[in-house]
Amino acid sequence: MREIKANQLKNKVKELFLKANFYINPDLMQRLKKALEEENSPIGKHVLRMIIENNKIASKEEMPICQDTGLSVVFVEVGQEVHLVDGDFAEAINQGVKEAYQEGYLRKSVVDDPVFERKNTKTNTPAIIYTDIVPGDKIKLLVMPKGFGSENMSTIAMLKPADGAEGIINFVVETVKKAGPNPCPPTIIGVGIGGTIDKAMVIAKKAIVRKINQPNKNQKYADLEKEILTKINNLGIGPAGLGGNITSLAVHIDYLPTHIAGLPVAVNVCCHAARHAEGII
Amino acid sequence: MKNIIKISTPLDIKKIINLKAGDFVNITGNIYAARDAAHKRFFELIEKGEKLPIDLKGQIIFYAGPTPTKPGHSCGSVGPTTSYRMDPYTPELLERGLKGIIGKGLRSEEVMKSIKKNKAIYFAAIGGAAALIAKSVKKSEVVAYEDLGAEAVFRFYVEDFPAIVIIDCEGNNLYETEPPKYRK
Repeated sequence: MREIKANQLKNKVKELFLKANFYINPDLMQRLKKALEEENSPIGKHVLRMIIENNKIASKEEMPICQDTGLSVVFVEVGQEVHLVDGDFAEAINQGVKEAYQEGYLRKSVVDDPVFERKNTKTNTPAIIYTDIVPGDKIKLLVMPKGFGSENMSTIAMLKPADGAEGIINFVVETVKKAGPNPCPPTIIGVGIGGTIDKAMVIAKKAIVRKINQPNKNQKYADLEKEILTKINNLGIGPAGLGGNITSLAVHIDYLPTHIAGLPVAVNVCCHAARHAEGII
Repeated sequence: MKNIIKISTPLDIKKIINLKAGDFVNITGNIYAARDAAHKRFFELIEKGEKLPIDLKGQIIFYAGPTPTKPGHSCGSVGPTTSYRMDPYTPELLERGLKGIIGKGLRSEEVMKSIKKNKAIYFAAIGGAAALIAKSVKKSEVVAYEDLGAEAVFRFYVEDFPAIVIIDCEGNNLYETEPPKYRK
């Protein structure tokens, strides 16, 4: 058994949310620079230059990359030999979020009651927490401040097994087409296939923050990612939706075994910042 | 790279008649930030026949909710939020004299018609360029609904705020004309 204090967890969550909101991931910055070379549209190039410049200003001045500092999503892998002491697990995570958003001048964008009161909780909590118990004695954290311009454009479909790869391609491309300029293209498209309706979306979300353009290990799925990306970029939506050949920077697919009767497909759309940070305690 | 056209607020028809969808502009002057919750409150006042907290005549509304201002800065990060959520409210505000909107993304048929009818203009700012856009905001103050936090109504004094004309006062729409050129 390894003892980890709730306070350590809180501090790590806080540190990671600040980092994710101020600093673009280097692999994504590289991808944006490559996109600038590949983009044919003059307006598209102008937009990409502004995005790259924005990311430089944000990191240099520790300003949020985007004013929508997101709903705070936290993926936690807890080693089964970890014993959390001196506090409550979820409370420590929420306290870390609260301190990051208050001390880091991040926007608080959470309302308590989604339908009637819609009153801001003023702390950006509660966070959305996904926990997996894994072997080992460490806690691994992945935090994602998820903006809602892109979250609102996300979709899910329960396809028929007979729809196959073609059905998946059509559904994902149609989702991106309908979203048009709304989710802040060039986007990163997380696709979750299989499992249940809920689990498909969770793996789609996690797929967004895979190292950019690192293909799926299964060649068939890697080919599917490539084909979907080409079809998306053929839509012509372009950076900021103002026309161009770079509509998405990457398509990341993850998949799970599923039921004999089903083919769930979840599409979680993410903006060009795909903010996230990882850490281990 | 196209020329950047400088414009100042408040707007009138003379200032915007020659702006065309696809033009890059730099805006200087006062603009107002208001988003979902502030629009809802505007409408509660309109339904009661009461006066709005700001005079919209010739003004620009920027769909945005900034991050809190850090000490030593004039404004927090501030970029556009997606416009379609304000669609139900927009035609009425344009009828009341609102002349310009800055947002991002598609608008409804009703909004597009109303922009043309009222000779107004829809600009896009670049979504996710919030730290860059913040550089153009020289002064920020809350003018209504402070209790809404980031969703309050702000008055920004901006210098060379970077935007692109999406729908001009003749109804030309860049989102409809530009992407097909790159479609394969």
